[in-house]
Amino acid sequence: MSDIVAPTATMAGPLDVAGTLALVQEALPDAKPVSAGPTDYLEVAPDQLIEALQVLRDQGGCDLLSSITCTDYLSYQGRARAKDGPRFEVVYHLYSTAQGGDCVVLHVPVDDGEPLPTATPVYPGANLQEREVWDLYGLVFEGHPNLRRILLWDGFEGHPMRKDWHEAYYEEDQKPFRSRHPRADFARSEDKVPWGKNTRYPADWDPDDWQEPVTYVPVSQDPRHRNGTGDHLSTESVVVNLGPHHPSTHGVFRMVVRIEGETVIALEPDMGYLHRNHEKIGERNTWLMNMPFTDRLDYINSMSNNWGYALAVEKLMGLEVPERAEYLRVIMAELSRIVNHLWSIGFILNDLGALQTPALYAIEEREMILDLFESVSGARMMCNYLRFGGVHRDLPAGWAERARYVAHERLPRALDQLDDLLSGNEIVNTRGRGVGYLSAEQLISLSVTGPMIRAAGVPYDIRRCEPYGVYDRFDFDIPTLPHSDVYDRYYIRLLEARESVRIVQQALAGLPEGDILAGKGGYVFRPPEGEAYGRVEGPKGELGFYLVSDGKPNPYRYHIRAPSYINLNALAPMTVGYKVADAIVILGAIDIVLGEVDR
Amino acid sequence: MFGTGLLKGLGVTFKHLVDTYKDDMQSTPARYQGSDDRGKGLKVIDQPVDQEGLLTIQYPEERRLLPERFRYIPMLIWDTETDEERCTACGICAKVCPPQCIWITRATDEAGKPVTRPQDFFIDATICMSCNYCVEFCPFDAIKMDHDAELASFERFPHLVYDKGELTVPLDYYAALWPTQYAEEQERRAQEAAEARAKEEAKAARATTKAVKKEEEEAPAPEAKLSRAEELKQKAMERARQRRAAQG
Ligand code: SF4
Ligand code: SF4
Repeated sequence: MSDIVAPTATMAGPLDVAGTLALVQEALPDAKPVSAGPTDYLEVAPDQLIEALQVLRDQGGCDLLSSITCTDYLSYQGRARAKDGPRFEVVYHLYSTAQGGDCVVLHVPVDDGEPLPTATPVYPGANLQEREVWDLYGLVFEGHPNLRRILLWDGFEGHPMRKDWHEAYYEEDQKPFRSRHPRADFARSEDKVPWGKNTRYPADWDPDDWQEPVTYVPVSQDPRHRNGTGDHLSTESVVVNLGPHHPSTHGVFRMVVRIEGETVIALEPDMGYLHRNHEKIGERNTWLMNMPFTDRLDYINSMSNNWGYALAVEKLMGLEVPERAEYLRVIMAELSRIVNHLWSIGFILNDLGALQTPALYAIEEREMILDLFESVSGARMMCNYLRFGGVHRDLPAGWAERARYVAHERLPRALDQLDDLLSGNEIVNTRGRGVGYLSAEQLISLSVTGPMIRAAGVPYDIRRCEPYGVYDRFDFDIPTLPHSDVYDRYYIRLLEARESVRIVQQALAGLPEGDILAGKGGYVFRPPEGEAYGRVEGPKGELGFYLVSDGKPNPYRYHIRAPSYINLNALAPMTVGYKVADAIVILGAIDIVLGEVDR
Repeated sequence: MFGTGLLKGLGVTFKHLVDTYKDDMQSTPARYQGSDDRGKGLKVIDQPVDQEGLLTIQYPEERRLLPERFRYIPMLIWDTETDEERCTACGICAKVCPPQCIWITRATDEAGKPVTRPQDFFIDATICMSCNYCVEFCPFDAIKMDHDAELASFERFPHLVYDKGELTVPLDYYAALWPTQYAEEQERRAQEAAEARAKEEAKAARATTKAVKKEEEEAPAPEAKLSRAEELKQKAMERARQRRAAQG
């Protein structure tokens, strides 16, 4: 629609990280500055955390609490850390959406059983991530409004990311397992226990009389809720499950909603059905082995997932990437962004009730892009194309011409057709405009990133505000839209896909000759001790990889800041007050992939 | 105007219909151009990038032409030039395999000493994630990616755990499947072999000059070592031949 303006983003200038850390130190003289490889951070005591966060938010301008995670240092083998320090460290990464630039990192050391305060009063977006840390590490966040397990269920014993927790059929702490070669005395898990009793329950827990406590859905999160006030027909609210079956909810995801009539008055997302403890697997793997595993996070965008991980490892190892490889990365990541946005537009239509037909038209061009991926990497979706220091293979003969045809002829036409077909459509307008509104401030405080905040007018895009790769060489806009509703979330994706087409065109035109892989290659990597956080602007938002190396061939900590997961923070506040049918499309417009949500 | 969205939507569908119909009226529709007709409606389609209209392929009668780099489950190469398997049981592929689905037993000679041949080699296809690492890091070009993706079977175990017999294919099969890569590889291998030979010759030449110099000292060791290695290799080749004959 031509009446919507899409201004180019300008940033106020990168965040002064050292200065911001100094602000905290000034307020809290006890905070200890630490340097770990490429990262400098502040160590803050648990009882001073809230104060530190307040300083960062109110004086430092860090409005986005991007990531909260934890590391268990029980079996750390590096030399840079004292052995007798507290066992856990909770890690906070904060950014400024107004200024862009690098992150401010806080570490909070805590011992086993020692509680720490919740960050939710300062940053409501800490909600889901603190629940994850509780679930996987067993650390208690005092004052958290809803500290229940999130990825695992109540009948799960233990906290699996702890280094001393072992899964059923546990074999060894680290790959490669010794049983595979040269004697192959390996037995399949299925053969060890034919009818697999691999479940353990907590001691005081009986699966037979357990009932899921649906009562946790509060009676009302909605200020407009009028039940029993007398000026309306008095009705009773009921709890309804949406999901967890696949088609309606973008994968195996459940929304527990309390409705009154057709109005949603409370909502709880319920997830973890696809949880496989990706991060634990990642810590068993060697550094390189994780690359194909990242394909399986957001399985629509394996190329940008690869990039996020490669970026973090390259930061840790100080690897430079050859120019040609950088261009190839840009081309692949932007093509995959187009695929993602086409899918998500198709799915929004799906969720509006136009079942499948528009979605299939939207993804026609995707086939052509996947053909391109397949001929360069060997797979359509699980590309496993990037390597540390470059990419795996160079382009096959004729690839660039085909890609050029797709980028110059097919994609612009397909996007125009979608625009023409959908943007003025009455149903898209009536169902989309004004639905699922949240203000930009609310979204940022809920740690939402990606197209959602750009549809609320915040020009925050990592490709522009902390450029990685060679993004600073291309001419493209960061479109924003003002209304922050479902319609704008649909339309922003179309605009972004157009910008991606522009980038692909430029990258194909400027593709230099040269090497595609720096460094020695090989399969054993030992990044020097330290930690790094690498992030890319994934199609769904900020995709970050937090890595800790103790100088060994396996990552000591491997954490993924999954945009799909963290954007779900906004689901309940966005849905409450709207109708049940809107809940479906509001979820659709967040654009989640459960492979990444559940990890 | 109310209803334009509906009309537009129908218009798009109608345009697709007309495009496809127009295409189908040609003697060879665009999507079948350059495709390999195997008769009885069976076709392998090389879908052109500028194809309009219907993009659907009527699987399983029609299939896509897979690009050379397509990767699925690995296969082991039987080198028909030397008539032996290329794998030396070095175990690198088992080490790099992310889900650890390769397991290898190294063969031993009569004396119980390990030799550089695999006794057995398993890949659990239910676990393999088609990541290509085994192929990428094998130093002997002994393991390559197969294109055969239709592996469905009624039983998971043992049908989908492939042993060495099921995994081994002749070199020609690989050469036909991966022509570009095969050509590059042959060139590199020839070059490497030439280099190795040159090195060997230089070494031999050095050895003779040395031998001339130290004639009185009389050191026969290198000669003996070489023949021992040769002997082992002969034995391994012989066994490989036997096993192959036994497998039919
Ligand atoms: S296939 Fe290659 S890497 Fe694997 S054991 Fe054989 S020679 Fe070594
Ligand atoms: S393709 Fe990957 S997962 Fe499969 S056997 Fe080879 S290394 Fe293992």
